[in-house]
Amino acid sequence: MFGSMLWSIWQCRNKIIFDPEIIMGENVVQQSSRLTEEVFHAYRQKASDLPKYYVGTGIGKGTVPPVRRPFKRAVISDQQKRRELSLLRQAQNRCNAQHQARCLASSILSLQSSAPESEPEQSDIEIETVPETEYESENLSKDLDVRRASTLRGPEVRKWFARQLILPEWMIDVPDRLSQDCSDFNILYVLARPAGKRCFVVSSNGTTVSRQLNGSILHYFPSALPAGAKTRNGSGSAQSYCILDFIFHESDQTYYVIDTVCWNGYSLYDCTVEFRFYWLNSKLEESCACNAPSHYHKFRFSAVSVYNCDQSGLYAAYTGAVPYVKDGLLFYNKHAHYQTGNTLVLVWKDENCSQYAIDTDVLELQDDRKLVTSDDPPVLFGCLDGDFIEKSGVQSGNLLRFAIGDGGLSFVDGKLEKADLIYLGKSNRARTFADSYSKPVEIIACRSSNASSNYKYSRIRYAGYIPVHGSAFSSKDR
Amino acid sequence: MEVTQVLLNAQSIDGTTRKNAEESLKQFQEQNLPGFLLSLSGELANEEKPVETRKLAGLILKNALDAKEQHRKFELVQRWLFLDDNAKSQIKACLLKTISSPVSDARSTASQVIAKVAGIELPQKQWLELIGSLLSNVHQSPAHVKQATFETLGYLCEDVSPDVIDQDQVNKILTAVVQGMSASEGNIDVRLAATRALNNALGFALANFNNDRERDYLMRVVCEATQSSDMRIRQAAFECLVSISSTYYEKLASYIQDIFNVTAKAVREDDESVALQAIEFWSSICDEEIDILEEYEGVNGDSDITCFYFIKQALPALVPMLLELLLKQEENQDQDEGAWNIAMAGGTCLGLVARTVGDDIAPLVVPFIEENITKPDWRQREAATYAFGSILDGPSPEKLIPLVNVALNYMLSALIKDPNSHVKDTTAWTLGRIFEFLHGSAIGLPIITQENCQQIVIVLRQSMKDTPNVAEKACGALYFLTQGYKEVGPSSPLVPFFQEIVQSLLTVTHREDAGESRLRTAAYETLNEVVRCSTDETSPLVLQLVPVIMMELHNTLEGQKLSYDEREKQSELHGLLCGCLQVMIQKLGSSEPTKHVFMQYAEQIMGLFLRVFACKSATVHEEAMLAIGALAYATGPDFAKYMPEFYKYLEMGLQNFEEYQVCAVTVGVVGDICRALEDKIAPYCDGIMTQLLKNLSSNQLHRSVKPPIFSCFGDIALAVGEYFEKYLMWAMSALQRAAELSTHVAGDDELTEYTNSLRNGILEAYSGIFQGFKSSSKTQLLIPYAPHILQFLDGIYMEKDMDDVVMKTAIGVLGDVADTLGSHAGSLIQQSVSCKDFLNECLSSEDLMIKESAEWAKLAIARAISA
Repeated sequence: MFGSMLWSIWQCRNKIIFDPEIIMGENVVQQSSRLTEEVFHAYRQKASDLPKYYVGTGIGKGTVPPVRRPFKRAVISDQQKRRELSLLRQAQNRCNAQHQARCLASSILSLQSSAPESEPEQSDIEIETVPETEYESENLSKDLDVRRASTLRGPEVRKWFARQLILPEWMIDVPDRLSQDCSDFNILYVLARPAGKRCFVVSSNGTTVSRQLNGSILHYFPSALPAGAKTRNGSGSAQSYCILDFIFHESDQTYYVIDTVCWNGYSLYDCTVEFRFYWLNSKLEESCACNAPSHYHKFRFSAVSVYNCDQSGLYAAYTGAVPYVKDGLLFYNKHAHYQTGNTLVLVWKDENCSQYAIDTDVLELQDDRKLVTSDDPPVLFGCLDGDFIEKSGVQSGNLLRFAIGDGGLSFVDGKLEKADLIYLGKSNRARTFADSYSKPVEIIACRSSNASSNYKYSRIRYAGYIPVHGSAFSSKDR
Repeated sequence: MEVTQVLLNAQSIDGTTRKNAEESLKQFQEQNLPGFLLSLSGELANEEKPVETRKLAGLILKNALDAKEQHRKFELVQRWLFLDDNAKSQIKACLLKTISSPVSDARSTASQVIAKVAGIELPQKQWLELIGSLLSNVHQSPAHVKQATFETLGYLCEDVSPDVIDQDQVNKILTAVVQGMSASEGNIDVRLAATRALNNALGFALANFNNDRERDYLMRVVCEATQSSDMRIRQAAFECLVSISSTYYEKLASYIQDIFNVTAKAVREDDESVALQAIEFWSSICDEEIDILEEYEGVNGDSDITCFYFIKQALPALVPMLLELLLKQEENQDQDEGAWNIAMAGGTCLGLVARTVGDDIAPLVVPFIEENITKPDWRQREAATYAFGSILDGPSPEKLIPLVNVALNYMLSALIKDPNSHVKDTTAWTLGRIFEFLHGSAIGLPIITQENCQQIVIVLRQSMKDTPNVAEKACGALYFLTQGYKEVGPSSPLVPFFQEIVQSLLTVTHREDAGESRLRTAAYETLNEVVRCSTDETSPLVLQLVPVIMMELHNTLEGQKLSYDEREKQSELHGLLCGCLQVMIQKLGSSEPTKHVFMQYAEQIMGLFLRVFACKSATVHEEAMLAIGALAYATGPDFAKYMPEFYKYLEMGLQNFEEYQVCAVTVGVVGDICRALEDKIAPYCDGIMTQLLKNLSSNQLHRSVKPPIFSCFGDIALAVGEYFEKYLMWAMSALQRAAELSTHVAGDDELTEYTNSLRNGILEAYSGIFQGFKSSSKTQLLIPYAPHILQFLDGIYMEKDMDDVVMKTAIGVLGDVADTLGSHAGSLIQQSVSCKDFLNECLSSEDLMIKESAEWAKLAIARAISA
């Protein structure tokens, strides 16, 4: 009792000295009697562990055996868990920020081009003697100029990285001049696009990494892809690796493969879609990557049914039941090579085949206050006035979201003349690029078609006849 | 100054008197420290003085020599060492004199003060005569002096590290102590003090335990003491055995049979306080063997300690003994938070035994369960359930699942129907353990099916209406049930029950008695887990939960002027609610569609957090801070609008050295905000950087906060780019100093781990700074720092003790330097001692992250060299 009183006094003193804010809710006597009670209480419980002379001596430390925590109590410490999860999130975010800044796309790409050169044991790099030309030759195209990209910073890097994946072009409308007997009838594939996060999946050296469009890591996991897991019997040699184009479908935690860039060290960049799909189907099956998840294969992989874009194929893709949530249709030109950035893959959405509204358009604000699309060259959509820029705090390089107003878009001579845009706000940070020109056009088309659902379906049917070299879609081929 | 009166006043009931007295003591100390300490020691030694003032004098003296906080302790030690020698020897003389005082409180207080002085002086090779003079006391002095002397030796062994005292003195201390314990010592109090002193001195006896003869002797003395007629001595002797079991495990083989016999006797027959120590001996042996066996598994028999399998050998006798104990429950032990009795100790030990031996325990326990689980006496039913719950961690799932499949239905019905609250409490706990260890995607054969899942949910929801202690365990069971379905996704059988589960948990949080048995906390924690494990199907419901929790938080802020207790309660509730919001923000923010909807609440939530902050004047609420970090991350650049109001709390958090967790959390939040605001954080950087630099140079701040502060430099630099220029010099010099400290470190695992976290922080800072300056016109500012950074990389590469995380960050820094400085770095890298080896090592690393960073570094270096 006396000891605890002293302790109270001492603490009280400390509080007075160190914590002037404290309002003394109980006076020292009350506090010391409460403390005495607590000490006796504690003493009762710990009588076995706590030699008497430790009680009431103020500071006690040392070799008193720790009181064993009754293991029926307090199983969960959520606070610590929350702390740790926060730290994990922060570390991950920092890592992503750094990766983006470093433009780690370069390593994915160099992985792809340099791996076949030699055994990893011999990959003893001769820093001093790497000739400039070797790097030149490693570049797959001007678009993949790693050296140029590496001088970029921040948002520019994210944009560059994102362009390494095929970006689908929005299918606008069916030009009238299509004829039924178009010889290009059979040059398209169609598939029902799964809703979800588009990502690159790279398997290499016993691990698989998926990265989103903005370069951030989505998952880091073992998979049955060649070199995708550290298995006992080991699949494939050390320098094998895969790069695939996937959509991660959140609700069933499944990766739906929509294209492939590299398989087991073999580059498919220069192969046609037809070949890539054939390869993908046979190889995926071979690798057992579509089997149920297991210890060595954390996520389910699934191929998507691809149809020839004839009437029945289109119908199947458009209405057919699929195990995933549909988000539009994707059209591929069978003869196209894998190209980065905007390319000849087309996407179609309406509410029958996608639950996601396509009512807004993302445009990029340039230095000269002009709003442009992600096309190359960019298509000018409008211009913000200085007042607006000041008030809304937007800056050049920002991606902004707009709705298309009732005024729609006006065209003169096939060129955009005027767009009625309503500013909604900045786009999501995960966005790395503006929409392409065809998106707002699609929005208008879709809106005008709402009057008649029949009409919409007929437009879909028409879509099968689009000549892929038609000028409306060839922004990339110029 | 009349110290006695002041000391009496300092204990006065009257606040003003007390305050004045404390003030004058403080002044005295400030004006004349030696005089102050002298008069305190004089007061303590003076037999004329009242015992209260003597004790308080001793206590103040002790607090002038030692403190809990490391930095304060260090100051006090220095202060004592530089004190006038004359004063010191007078004080010490007073202390030694007090040991002989007839007043036991004075003796005891003096013992502790002597130990503190010894703790400071002996390592400095001062007061070397102390031990000799203490030992001379134990021969011819009166009993109370001997007793106080042993007590002093005990404290001394606690406060002084073993390497300070040479073996010769250790031998003398042990001899004296053992003599004091022997039957030839007539006084019981002396023998007790000697036995307790031995416990503290065991750490010094390594050499003696290595010597067979001396060890035999010490063990015999301890075992004999367990048979003493005095209960306190028996207890102290078992405490010695517990210490020996952990310190000298590998020396116990030849005594274990005898020890089993004495512990079994004590457990069955002796007073509870003695029996508890006897049980503790076996729990402690389990701890040792679990550690050793884990190490065996980890490094393929590379452990340097042999496992003697004492538990396995003792199993047939040990388990029945422990099972017997389970039947000795106390009434109402479940309502008492801190209860600790022989039945609980027995269950705890049984659980540890199960973890030690695995499958072997099942056949010994199952018959006991079968025999007792249906008995009319609640003690038998409870003991059977407790036994079952205790062995669920350890044996293989293959062994346990058949048992669980049989028991599960019985348990579910007992949880509702058993008339006894103890049984229900233990049953709910056992269900929780079943779900924790035998349910989840890692377990091949599921024990929970679509069919019984519904029943489990119904039973647990029902049980959540039971008494607080039972309801708390039911929440815990639900927590693990939910967690087990985390990986399952949309097919989780819990999806259909989501809404009712959440509703039940909310109802629990509103119970009048939710403050008992930490029920409210358990309910919120379970709710958090439910949110964490929610799927796309249930996310609309989580979204609906957001305004509900916001309203709860809002309601707690409505209160008027609160008393101290009420404020404590409010703060606790704030913690729970902010924690819950944090979990929801993190969950909903991680997927685009839910984030989009969630953001409509962001502004109001932020408003609530700011009001939570405003409730505390001196510090910030850690949970609210954590939640704000998550909110900033989800909000992105728009978070800038909250900064003007939020900034002061951010600063306050960074200044909280005392609760270093708060400081650490705040440092993390600065990083979140940097990534959210990017260059918009610039206006706040002056304040933040100043505070962070102050924190780094403080020796009061817990060291674990320093590595994240360095990482935070990197976050800031990356966010603001070349604007970082104004801090560059300061940051770089702090980094440079820390880098030097973290290269040449040899120490134990803990130190290596800390060193690596420090290195990682430093390297992350370098990365952020170099990346931040990239493609600015001011990269040349970084050139002067490059040689040191490369030297640092060389240094840690040479040390060969970096972990994978550091390796990845380090090779990345090499790339960043090359990338940002280009040709300026090229020649430096070519001259570097180990860059090339380091890079090659990383390129061939198994770790994909390291390899990836290395590939990047390779490209950047090649460019820098060819440029």
